[in-house]
Amino acid sequence: MQYALELKNVHYAYHTLEGETYALKDITFSVREGEFIALVGPSGCGKSTLLHLIAGLLTPEKGLIKINGSYHPDNTSCIGYMLQKDELLEWRTIYQNILLGLEIQHALTTRSRALARALLTQYGLNAFANARPSELSGGMRQRAALIRTLVLKPDIMLLDEPFSALDYQTRLNVSDDIGQIIKKEKKTAILVTHDLAEAVSLADRILVLTSRPATIGQTVNVSFSDPGLSPLARRNAPEFKTYFNLIWKELNPDE
Amino acid sequence: MNELSKNQLHYLNMHRRHKRIVAVSRVSILLAFLFLWEFAANTGLVDSFIFSSPSRIALCFLEMTGDGSIFRHIGITLYETLVSFILVIFFSLFVTVLLWLFRKLSEILEPYLVVLNSLPKSALAPLLIVWLGANRTTIIIAGMSVAIFGSILNLYSEFSEVDPDKIMLIYTLHGNRLHALTKVVIPSCIPAIISTMKVNIGLCLVGVIIGEFIGGREGLGYMIIYGSQVFKLDWLLMSICILCVIAMLLYALIGLVEKWYLGRCKISG
Repeated sequence: MQYALELKNVHYAYHTLEGETYALKDITFSVREGEFIALVGPSGCGKSTLLHLIAGLLTPEKGLIKINGSYHPDNTSCIGYMLQKDELLEWRTIYQNILLGLEIQHALTTRSRALARALLTQYGLNAFANARPSELSGGMRQRAALIRTLVLKPDIMLLDEPFSALDYQTRLNVSDDIGQIIKKEKKTAILVTHDLAEAVSLADRILVLTSRPATIGQTVNVSFSDPGLSPLARRNAPEFKTYFNLIWKELNPDE
Repeated sequence: MNELSKNQLHYLNMHRRHKRIVAVSRVSILLAFLFLWEFAANTGLVDSFIFSSPSRIALCFLEMTGDGSIFRHIGITLYETLVSFILVIFFSLFVTVLLWLFRKLSEILEPYLVVLNSLPKSALAPLLIVWLGANRTTIIIAGMSVAIFGSILNLYSEFSEVDPDKIMLIYTLHGNRLHALTKVVIPSCIPAIISTMKVNIGLCLVGVIIGEFIGGREGLGYMIIYGSQVFKLDWLLMSICILCVIAMLLYALIGLVEKWYLGRCKISG
């Protein structure tokens, strides 16, 4: 079967004058279409580096990355990337911010504009289309950032701790919100997070990375008895705690 | 209208009072200075031949407006300043963009820019006169030479300080460095560009006056030098007063540009 994304024996190291830092070692995994993967691991273990490699922002030193069956980096255009902060540009309105990616790719057409409008309406930001980013709440800003990515119609969404800059309550709501949007749009997604609860509430599968140089320690398939649960509802399901403890133990083997 | 509370009214009154005191003090300092100057010159406390006096300056100004010569001098100095200012802005933006796009180039050129920036530019003016002749182009280039290197260094450091996460955003949207420049770096540096303009317009005026000292046949710088050589101190001091006004107006002009930009940001929102 063809995977949406395949990584084979990927290695990566950072080079400075002080020496070489191995960030990733022999990373191999595959992601099915429509699957939601969470990558968890100790901080600074190279989770973000992994996303940068998948997005084509960095090139692996060894190993291969295949997207939809063909090799990198010829086809990174089907990848959408969500950063830690929303990075909305203050001198643009929300609508203009959402069109930024389309402008860059010279894909501003009547159709793509209509899609942008439709997404704004669908996700409740239409009233703020002409507002400046500073007029929006943190959660709304992150939703605008998501629309900016979605409007490029990516097949694979990379989420680089996109909720970590939000306060706790907003964070629960926004991750619920964005998790459901991604499910609804049937996107393949890879989430990097250090928040185990977030990983369990969103993912179909969780990859636990070891500390630097990161390798894949364990893979945990997450399945709830009720598959239709929203991320927030999952937090109250009985299986939630089991998965949480399982991954906690994996990350803290000494305790 | 809502009824304002007593404390709010008090606050507003205090604020108005504060504004009034500042404005009145500013004007009275000027008036006191002019009065003392006039008084000292008339009573012979200072030699009015050397120190001139407000009334003599005013008379001299009226005389020169009569034959229109003063407007020619002002016009020439203004023209040279504005041309060199526009060229400085254009060239420094162009060079800064090149330096930003090619980081190796900026690292290679850095020591040269630093030296050229710290060099007292008035030292270059005599050289420019010999090389290019005593004409208007030379004076415009002298004006540019004072501002351009500092302007490039300043803009380049502003360009380099743009949030790297914002530039990363452009790459995650599959853009390249040129996109990062046009979509992020330049728009976010517009306030910095305007404040560089504020500094540059004054520096260009300095450079133009230096140029006119050495190579001018007309203009306010020429009037100052000529006035000092033939002891026409009325000319000299009048020119300095006019320069004060010009400097203020040019600065205010950039202030208007800034206001327009800030206003546009809000309205289009």
